[in-house]
Amino acid sequence: MSTSAEGTRAESSSGLSRFLKSSIQQVFVFAALILIYIFFMFAAPNFAEPKIALDIVQQAAYIGVMALGATFIIATGGIDLSVGTGMTLVAVMAGVFLSGDWMNLPLGAGLVLILLVGAVMGLLNGLNISVLGLPPFIATLAMMMVARGLALVISGKATISIANQGYVWLANGEIIPGLKNASLIFILMAIVAGVLLNKTLLGRYAIAIGSNEEATRLSGVNVKFWKTMVYVTAGVFMALGAILYSARFGFVQPAEGVGFELNVIAAVVIGGTSLSGGRANIIGTVVGALIMETLKKGLQMMGIAQEWQLVVTGIVVLIAVFVDIVRRKRASAV
Amino acid sequence: MRMMRSTLALGAVLALGLTACGTSTPAETEAPAPADTTTAAAPVEETTPADETAPAEETTPADEGETTDGDVPQGNGETIYLVSKGFQHRFWQAVKEGAEQAGEEFNYKIEFVGPQAETQVTEQLNMLQTALDTKPAAIGLAALDSSAATPLLDQIAAADIPLIAFDSGVDTDHPLTTVSTDNAAAAGEAAKHMVELVGNEGTVGLVCHDEVSVTGKQRCTGFQDWMKENAPEINVLTPQVAGEVGLAADTAKSMIQANPDMVGIYGTNEAAASGVIQGASETGADIVVVGFDSGKTQLEAIRDGRQAGAVTQAPVLMGYETVVAAIKAINGQELPKVIDSGYQWYDASNMDDEEIAGNLYE
Repeated sequence: MSTSAEGTRAESSSGLSRFLKSSIQQVFVFAALILIYIFFMFAAPNFAEPKIALDIVQQAAYIGVMALGATFIIATGGIDLSVGTGMTLVAVMAGVFLSGDWMNLPLGAGLVLILLVGAVMGLLNGLNISVLGLPPFIATLAMMMVARGLALVISGKATISIANQGYVWLANGEIIPGLKNASLIFILMAIVAGVLLNKTLLGRYAIAIGSNEEATRLSGVNVKFWKTMVYVTAGVFMALGAILYSARFGFVQPAEGVGFELNVIAAVVIGGTSLSGGRANIIGTVVGALIMETLKKGLQMMGIAQEWQLVVTGIVVLIAVFVDIVRRKRASAV
Repeated sequence: MRMMRSTLALGAVLALGLTACGTSTPAETEAPAPADTTTAAAPVEETTPADETAPAEETTPADEGETTDGDVPQGNGETIYLVSKGFQHRFWQAVKEGAEQAGEEFNYKIEFVGPQAETQVTEQLNMLQTALDTKPAAIGLAALDSSAATPLLDQIAAADIPLIAFDSGVDTDHPLTTVSTDNAAAAGEAAKHMVELVGNEGTVGLVCHDEVSVTGKQRCTGFQDWMKENAPEINVLTPQVAGEVGLAADTAKSMIQANPDMVGIYGTNEAAASGVIQGASETGADIVVVGFDSGKTQLEAIRDGRQAGAVTQAPVLMGYETVVAAIKAINGQELPKVIDSGYQWYDASNMDDEEIAGNLYE
């Protein structure tokens, strides 16, 4: 199963060469991950232990799941700056629904409502962009501020604890022994996202809109509707990320999440999805999130100060995007 | 685009910093000379059973009274006007409580105001203007912005109203003293308890919530300095910075996995300490976690034994000392440049004691 999709640009090549191209891209990002991993096996004490690999998947899960959703948005040529503080707002609402001090709803009802909050935030972003015609950067910037403010207002600026054991289990339990549920959910959602992107209208139209919105509209696609649906989908993925983040701790701190959107965007971009739209790669996004987390983990285990971790991560983002651009230029020259 | 985005993110982060309650930034706080250390030592000594290795700052004997020189003149109901950084937050309520205690004790009327949020610098300036207009006997200010108040402070000085800074300093020389928490000494107290808990060996890590503000730095370096001086056998790792629980958890986990002889981790605020607890529990290692400040998750963790304890600031004492300093200033007495409002170590055994519980907030 090919879990990536290249753009339907005008000169769109045959199915076979498209498959090869996308495979090369996946091989490239994956090779980068392996190289970084091998480097840390020698450089960082105890990094070679197998449980470290599992930790990386677990710790990458919430950013990774949100990046899966963001891949669809970025495929349309859009951007979502609200995903970081939006995640916090959803987590605060999770607290409101499930905390014993608040509504204390049963887990099932709570989860449905949590996902609904994410979907509604995505819907608002989508309507602002496709109906009101706001640039995605501005629309989601505004939503980022609104979400941050609401998270503080609703929580009363205090930590909300969610003592619901079932909720905590969603992230920390182990359906498959040794594999945290957070990791399992990340893997399952990656498969879901891959199917959505490659096998459904949602994914195909997202890429078509990102390639050439006007042409897509002229060919009879309801661009406004599908664009909105892309943001709704991303909103649901964001809500899942919020669940994974807050369930890990069993409490929510309402002032967090600022800047998480940049990690999400970085994971998508490292994965080879183009910020100008028309090209998306789900496996790339997964590996991108893993690369970010591997770097963090490895540098932490080497005992390197956090400020240097940021510098190194920034440089890796630059290299990844630059190499991808060079590779694509070569490919189109041939 | 990317640049703009990070600028925006940076702006948001700054805003976040400003809203953080209670953990404000003393602009120019120096470590007080032993002679200046006043009541700080008293509560600390009382709550610490075995105390042979007291840090240098705590040389004041424990039997010294509640106030600096014990000689505080009574007033005639004059007003002391305190402009704080906030009003609703538990920390400021506690400061107010302490201020009113002192007011009652020495017969002064206390006017305590503060803006709705710790970002409202202009609102605070308006309040300071009002304070000046009412011509009180003395004014206390916990400045939200260490420089914005300068013109008003000049006017206060011109009107010959004694000015006391509390919680944070300001950029001018007008305040006769600054009453604030000595974060470095408080961090040293955390280090001392860490050593008592883990013994004099192994590796200890630091997860610091903030590498930029003066307070944040002092909470880190104070711990490191105490360790270097008093427990050189303990291997103290380079501090890692993590302001969010998620990052703090991941960081603590990495530290433990890279250092099998890890015995303890210190987190410099609620988020750092709570994150560390989760990270440590995910590794399954037996790690002593020591924190700073209070907050719901930290209090819960200390109560059920997942966290050993934490150092808290003493807002009640801060209010009390601010008013005492103001009274002394009104009567023309000399004041030290900095007055430490103290800190307290608390754990499951003493967190419900009246004296400590008043300083803890969810």
